Amino acid sequence: MLTLYTRRRLINAITLSISVLAMLFGLFWLGWILLTLLVHGLPGLSLTLFTQMTPPPGSDGGLLNAIVGSLLMTLLGTLIGTPIGILAGTYLAEFGQRGWLAPVTRFINDVLLSAPSIVIGLFIYEVYVTKVRHFSGWAGALALSILVIPVVIRTTENMLRLVPNTLREAAASLGAPQWKVINFVTLRAAKAGIITGVLLAVARISGETAPLLFTALNNQFWNSNMNTPMSNLPVIIFEYAMSPYDDWQQLAWAASLLITFSVLALNIVARVLFRQSATTH
Amino acid sequence: MNDEIANAPKLVVRNLNFYYGSYLALKDINLDIPEKMVTAFIGPSGCGKSTLLRTFNRMYELYPKQKATGEILPDGNNILSVKQDLNNLRAKIGMVFQKPTPFPMSIYDNIAFGVKLYEQMNRHDMDDRVEWALKKAALWNEVKDKLKQSGMGLSGGQQQRLCIARAIAVKPQVLLLDEPTSALDPISTAHIEKLIDELKEEFTIVIVTHNMQQAARVSDFTAYMYLGDLIEFGDTSTVFTNPKRKETEDYITGRFG
Amino acid sequence: MPTFLQEARLKRQNWFDILFRGITRLSAFAVLALLASIIGSLIIGSQPSIEAFGTHFLFSSEWNPVTDKFGAVVPIVGTLVTAGIALLIGIPVSFGIALFLTELSPRWMRRPFGIAIELLAGIPSIIYGMWGLFVFAPFFADNIEPWINHHIGTQPVIGPFFSGPPMGIGVLTAGIILAIMVIPFIASVMRDVFEVVPTMLKESAYGLGSTTWEVMWNVVLPYTKIGVVGGIMLGLGRALGETMAVTFVIGNSHDLSKSLLMPGNSISAALANEFNEAVGELYISSLIELGLILFFITFVVLSLARYLLFKLSQREGT
Repeated sequence: MLTLYTRRRLINAITLSISVLAMLFGLFWLGWILLTLLVHGLPGLSLTLFTQMTPPPGSDGGLLNAIVGSLLMTLLGTLIGTPIGILAGTYLAEFGQRGWLAPVTRFINDVLLSAPSIVIGLFIYEVYVTKVRHFSGWAGALALSILVIPVVIRTTENMLRLVPNTLREAAASLGAPQWKVINFVTLRAAKAGIITGVLLAVARISGETAPLLFTALNNQFWNSNMNTPMSNLPVIIFEYAMSPYDDWQQLAWAASLLITFSVLALNIVARVLFRQSATTH
Repeated sequence: MNDEIANAPKLVVRNLNFYYGSYLALKDINLDIPEKMVTAFIGPSGCGKSTLLRTFNRMYELYPKQKATGEILPDGNNILSVKQDLNNLRAKIGMVFQKPTPFPMSIYDNIAFGVKLYEQMNRHDMDDRVEWALKKAALWNEVKDKLKQSGMGLSGGQQQRLCIARAIAVKPQVLLLDEPTSALDPISTAHIEKLIDELKEEFTIVIVTHNMQQAARVSDFTAYMYLGDLIEFGDTSTVFTNPKRKETEDYITGRFG
Repeated sequence: MPTFLQEARLKRQNWFDILFRGITRLSAFAVLALLASIIGSLIIGSQPSIEAFGTHFLFSSEWNPVTDKFGAVVPIVGTLVTAGIALLIGIPVSFGIALFLTELSPRWMRRPFGIAIELLAGIPSIIYGMWGLFVFAPFFADNIEPWINHHIGTQPVIGPFFSGPPMGIGVLTAGIILAIMVIPFIASVMRDVFEVVPTMLKESAYGLGSTTWEVMWNVVLPYTKIGVVGGIMLGLGRALGETMAVTFVIGNSHDLSKSLLMPGNSISAALANEFNEAVGELYISSLIELGLILFFITFVVLSLARYLLFKLSQREGT
């Protein structure tokens, strides 16, 4: 028979060991996935990836058109989504104390934040691709921008809420009109946090595949015309990984390595940036 | 009650009531704040002294469900009337807060921010104005070599003096100080108290403080408030040495609050 | 300062205020309009299928492009079951990780460990899919599934859920990979809310002689339950809508099977696999209706979570 105290200590020891195991469990998958990418992807890494187009099966090639397409659509998606997100987030934080619009928007934004990205692709297909009757880079950028908006709204609002009210009062007490208070004082004070949010949004969309399947589709050739189907890394990975050709699969692994480490680097930069600004303030 | 007032009143408060939602936080306040003197509001926490201060520049309007009725008359215009332009009002009545509130910009831009709102001036004049304000706030010697650095890098006491400099740089007529030294160490507090004494040459100053010694040291007139009522208002030395009301005496002698 | 200049400036400033407020308000409206048009376009797109099948669509497991007969049961069940498996595995593991990060880890290790977990969330979902198909599924088929077949598959009652050919791909594999994907989301939220528990509260509990586990389970968890539920819902939303990872490993079969080891389908996987190849109005429209159903499911889950959180916070009067 165990005394009450020994039993409590035993339970404590067991649960804490399980917690350590859980941590190791998490790290284990990260390690396994990254290791796989290195093992399969590194042999495919070469300069030609960045100088040549995606090849037909059986011949040499690179990923240049896919890399450029991905960068272009990610950039445009961010440029379209960020201003709307920051403005709407500003509304929620600065003007949202009164009226019905702010609480409703906040809820809707949560819905959009967890909306399946493939449904967003379906939406752009319905309202844009079927109307202009062809897949295009613009459609892909639009779909990505819809993923950016809710992330930026959420971080903008949260970061603005962290700005102490006395700072707003101080600016107002000098006679500054509200738009100046917000643009030159509060948004500035929240700048680091908002930039972090935008970077995380960029990291998220640059790996997104599902919303591009029905919008940008893919393109075997060099293309910088946003009005035609556009090649991009995630969809290339999807198609080439599912293909029966060895050289295509090799390219898929190399593309995976490229995209994963870029996204992870972006994640780390965003967090380091945020922490740095948090310590200097 | 106001026989001793030497200067003409700058702010005339008449029948002022203030509501947080339906809660009455200030009850029928009547008060004359004399020009170019220091007036202190004292009283226990929650007595309404900060609330009263914040009606003078209508800072409460930033928040929903707060409203004031009655009259506050500087120069004969009721600032509580809807016709009063808020930004214009606040440019004439400066404010400094409990905690330092440097803006996330350089020391120079912190001062220039408010000036630029209402005055167009060239670079040279602006430099002069910034220097003037920082000298008035007794901060010039400490920061003159680092005007381009962020205001957030200064010490707490320096930040608070920066905020005072920022407030006086727009040349307001009235300066509201809401417990300006409550977050500062004794040395910085002494700096600021000395500053208040010098600033009353040019500005009408109203200070809220929870520190009775401070009120006695810096103010010419003192108002004692309790639960939203103005209990006693008069010459500081009279209020502290020979209060007319029993409640004031209890508070000042430490038998209360 | 000259008053006429000031008058003009004041007028302009007030006008700018109204303009700025209007622009931000418009952006907030744009979000509402966006959601409305997403729902609207999906409803319009699925009209032919709704007219052809009605509510039968929700209860039929037949999916036959040749005869133009479509029913959503298999993908709906697949979506719910994979998300369920993901939460079943993900919640306890996430709690363990959050506990480790807030209470056990040496201080200097917290940041690197925390970042590592967040990186797991940063890996694009297509990478999970590819890794799942080429690395995890074969490993699972060779080493784990035979064991499951022998030991759990032979049990009464639950046996039929765990028996089948060890193919590697299937509903269980998809659920496990989803679990790995949602763990970092749930764990980060849990860690964040655990970290804001006032130190004094924890110290009071330790002061009574509680063990670390007792402090976590009896004090910290009840104190943070609203945030914890929020984190779980975030993970659930993620699991329900995840596409690429599931598409690679679920097997893409429209046959309804009792066993979790058998291939199945999820809504998002069906869309990713079939949408671009679908021909015929009814086929496309049925896929769009699947998308509508998926959107509806996430919407309902989120609303329920909101309601639950509201009730919880109301009961505590905070």
